[in-house]
Amino acid sequence: MEALDGLEQSLTELRQTFTSGRTRDVAWRKDQLRAILKLIDHNEAKINLALHQDLCKHPVEIYRDEIGVVKKSANYSLSCVEKWMAPKKGRIPWLFFPSRGEVLPEPYGLVLIFVAWNFPISLALDPLIGAISAGNTVVIKPSDLSPACSAFLASTIPLYLDPTAVRVIEGGAHVAEQLLQHRWDKIFFTGSHRVGKIVMSAAAKHLTPVTLELGGKCPVIVDTLSDPSEIMVAAKRVAGGKWGPCSGQACIAIDYVLVDRKFAPILIEFLKKIIHQFYGENLKNLKYLSRIVNKHHFARLCSILEDPRVAASIVYGGSLDENNLIIEPTILLDPPLDSEIMTEEIFGPLLPIITLDNIHESIEFINLRPKPLAIYAFTKDEKFKKLVLMETSSGSLTFNDVMVQFLCDELPFGGVGQSGIGRYHGKYSFDTFSHEKAVLYRSFFLELEPRYPPWNEFKLQFLRFAYIFDYFRLLLLLLGRKLQQMFASSH
Amino acid sequence: MGSKDAKKEEAFDAEAARSLVNDLRGRFASGKTKSCEWRVSQLKAMLKFTNEHEKDIIDALRSDLSKPMVESFITEIAMLKASCEFTLKGLKRWMMPEKVKTSITTFPSSAEIVPEPLGVVLVISAWNYPFLLALDPVIGAIAAGNAVVLKPSEIAPATSSLLAKLVGEYMDSSAVKVVEGAIPETSALLEQKWDKIFYTGNGKVGRIVLAAAARFLTPVALELGGKCPVFVDSDVNVKVMARRVIAGKWGLNNGQACVSADHIITTKDFAPKLIDALKVELEKFYGNDPLKSEDLSRIVNSNHFARLAKLLDDDKVSGKIVLGGQIESKDLKIAPTILLDVPEDSLIMNEEIFGPLLPVITVDRLEDSFRSYNLKEKPLAAYLFTNKKKLKEEFVRNVSAGGLLINDIGLHLANPHLPFGGVGESGMGSYHGKFSFDTFSHKKPVLYRSFGGDASARYPPYAPWKLKLLKALLDGSIFGIIRALLGW
Repeated sequence: MEALDGLEQSLTELRQTFTSGRTRDVAWRKDQLRAILKLIDHNEAKINLALHQDLCKHPVEIYRDEIGVVKKSANYSLSCVEKWMAPKKGRIPWLFFPSRGEVLPEPYGLVLIFVAWNFPISLALDPLIGAISAGNTVVIKPSDLSPACSAFLASTIPLYLDPTAVRVIEGGAHVAEQLLQHRWDKIFFTGSHRVGKIVMSAAAKHLTPVTLELGGKCPVIVDTLSDPSEIMVAAKRVAGGKWGPCSGQACIAIDYVLVDRKFAPILIEFLKKIIHQFYGENLKNLKYLSRIVNKHHFARLCSILEDPRVAASIVYGGSLDENNLIIEPTILLDPPLDSEIMTEEIFGPLLPIITLDNIHESIEFINLRPKPLAIYAFTKDEKFKKLVLMETSSGSLTFNDVMVQFLCDELPFGGVGQSGIGRYHGKYSFDTFSHEKAVLYRSFFLELEPRYPPWNEFKLQFLRFAYIFDYFRLLLLLLGRKLQQMFASSH
Repeated sequence: MGSKDAKKEEAFDAEAARSLVNDLRGRFASGKTKSCEWRVSQLKAMLKFTNEHEKDIIDALRSDLSKPMVESFITEIAMLKASCEFTLKGLKRWMMPEKVKTSITTFPSSAEIVPEPLGVVLVISAWNYPFLLALDPVIGAIAAGNAVVLKPSEIAPATSSLLAKLVGEYMDSSAVKVVEGAIPETSALLEQKWDKIFYTGNGKVGRIVLAAAARFLTPVALELGGKCPVFVDSDVNVKVMARRVIAGKWGLNNGQACVSADHIITTKDFAPKLIDALKVELEKFYGNDPLKSEDLSRIVNSNHFARLAKLLDDDKVSGKIVLGGQIESKDLKIAPTILLDVPEDSLIMNEEIFGPLLPVITVDRLEDSFRSYNLKEKPLAAYLFTNKKKLKEEFVRNVSAGGLLINDIGLHLANPHLPFGGVGESGMGSYHGKFSFDTFSHKKPVLYRSFGGDASARYPPYAPWKLKLLKALLDGSIFGIIRALLGW
């Protein structure tokens, strides 16, 4: 009950800040972006500690996936925000002469950002960068499954950013429900598609537009390769894209592999070697791997492996350390397609390898399933690349690598179908938090009589030509009319 | 004949809707709608039937709305044809992937953004421009390569059945279908999973559509409405302003349009001059007995007629009528009516009017009213008539709406280079021109990398030098990268 009272007051204040116009000023936006950079710079150690507590992330992984991402994003927005804020000129057909058209981006107002637990710093600050660049006031709701990071954000953000415009509200599902009862001008959600539906349904009551960054089973197609150095590169990238990001607990992490039956054993051998090289050889000596976020998800992953048909398909790994919530990198060969490991998003360090008679079957395999956030394909066959491009649909598609599309500021990042609605990163972040207002300027000069009733045949003809921008016939019509009038007056 | 009647009797229920969507999904999966040839053929077919059946369309609009022929031509037929032609001209270009720069962070790589269709989409249309608002979104859906179901409004039944007939005869009915009906049929459709829903109408039903879409995480575009205000300054060409206001109120389906002028805000001093100018021009346009004018649409049906009559029923409102107020319930006609300074809390000032009643509200200073308007629900459009540069700047900066138009009304609709859509209560998403193509597309980013150029810094075991290199790569700094590689 107490939380609810504080919330009303808080939201009223944030709306007042927005109405005052302060957040629309480019100087304010740039100040806030610089403040985010300072926050990161001064607190790298604290961030490393919080992420270690919540997920056992290694500092290099933290820099790559959290700190570095935010810094890059903030710097990019700082250098571009003024350009993005400028109105875009719109072309105007001659018929509208004289007039001028433009599209002017403006902030929505008060926006709500829901953060996921797997990248609890970057998934809070990266959308925040977009919301601020666009001139909004913001409430951030970090995930309660990453409590150390949530507390870090709640205590640190008010020290650096404008507290009358940016607030952090901590809590679990109960707090999220209360937040969703209020009216927001935009909601940005990163998380599971089950909760995404709840958020969108709540938003529907107020006609609030949403961006939903969800997930899905991101497949990697590995075509048969002959050059061992290329197989090594592919295997490294697959391993890096599965176990590298938060031990597989990432929306764009590889979920499963599709490979030709004959090539599978080779790929698996390479993967085993690489796992040893990257992470270590047995459960006791594993390094550079995040842990599973909590007991609930650990139990979920264990139960996936408890299915005897699935357990029988394990070809590497499978060991569990319940005390430390660690699961060894595990490879499975052809688990049953109707088992949970192949019907639900895994979000963990288990890698099913599905074999096919012909790698081209991978396209149909993928199309029978919901559209994922990303599809990856390792191949040198240009024709096959084209097929994958034209015949599958996903949030994004990357050839011969994994995850790096996330780092391209010029590429939109978002899902389609079950993997999400909307997109962000770079200018797309600015756009996702902006309303593009069309503005048309006309003058009183030059009136078009035929626009107005009373209607007659001449006006109808005029409009017929005007609408197809047939200026030549228009001219003839007008001349004809002039001549007619001259005739009439001379009689 | 008997079996056709029997078919009509079969209710279009959830089962029928599911079966329809499955058929269309199969069609879409076959790849037919993705080809440029198919898209072009469908758009040309639409153009063909619009040209060949112009008279039928005008008759249907007259039957549904008593819409004057020239108005039907300008605002429905010509607009649709222009939209078709604009799309046909731009289609090949819009379908092409857009090359995108990549930075040193992912070197070596190349990237592009490839537009692809969403799949099977649903277009639900409105009754006031029943021809245009049904087919214009369908143009976008087809241009983007989707299979489409169109559900026209049952409140304009003649146009609805004409659309079903024309689309059925001229277009590829295995991928473009019309489902006629009312609430039961719409509900059955909304229970299905679509890849996009495009809805034109009011906020109440907009919420129902969005909630139904949320069940399947279906993206939506909602073109709603709102109370579009017209701010009028004294520094204007009074005659031109008056004519444009009239064209933007009673010339747009007799005020029954999402972008029509809802009410006017002007200064106390200027109001009498403004009202006089309106009176003079109104008489020129519609004669001195406007109820008999052939150039005005009627009110669409008795429900809306009763709704509008109720707005005038309030004594505090009817006492403020300065022109018009005559009603003819038999023909569902209401004369152009102007009211001066009705109370702020009256129904007419709190609901979208959507009819031929025009309240004029007076204020001391126009600029002050810009800010107070931002506390209200954002409308689909807001208008300002003035010659003053500073006033224009303040208006554009401070008033939020779907779109703004200075010194005219409604015209921005006709410009295919500007996005047309709402914000807040007036909607989400936009269309027209290429924006229609975009709204029905998924813009898929594609990154091409090679096997070469693999930085071991990406992979564990992690060492301090790897961290240095990563930092440099993410910063995009060439010097940083060189230094890190050299071990400095």
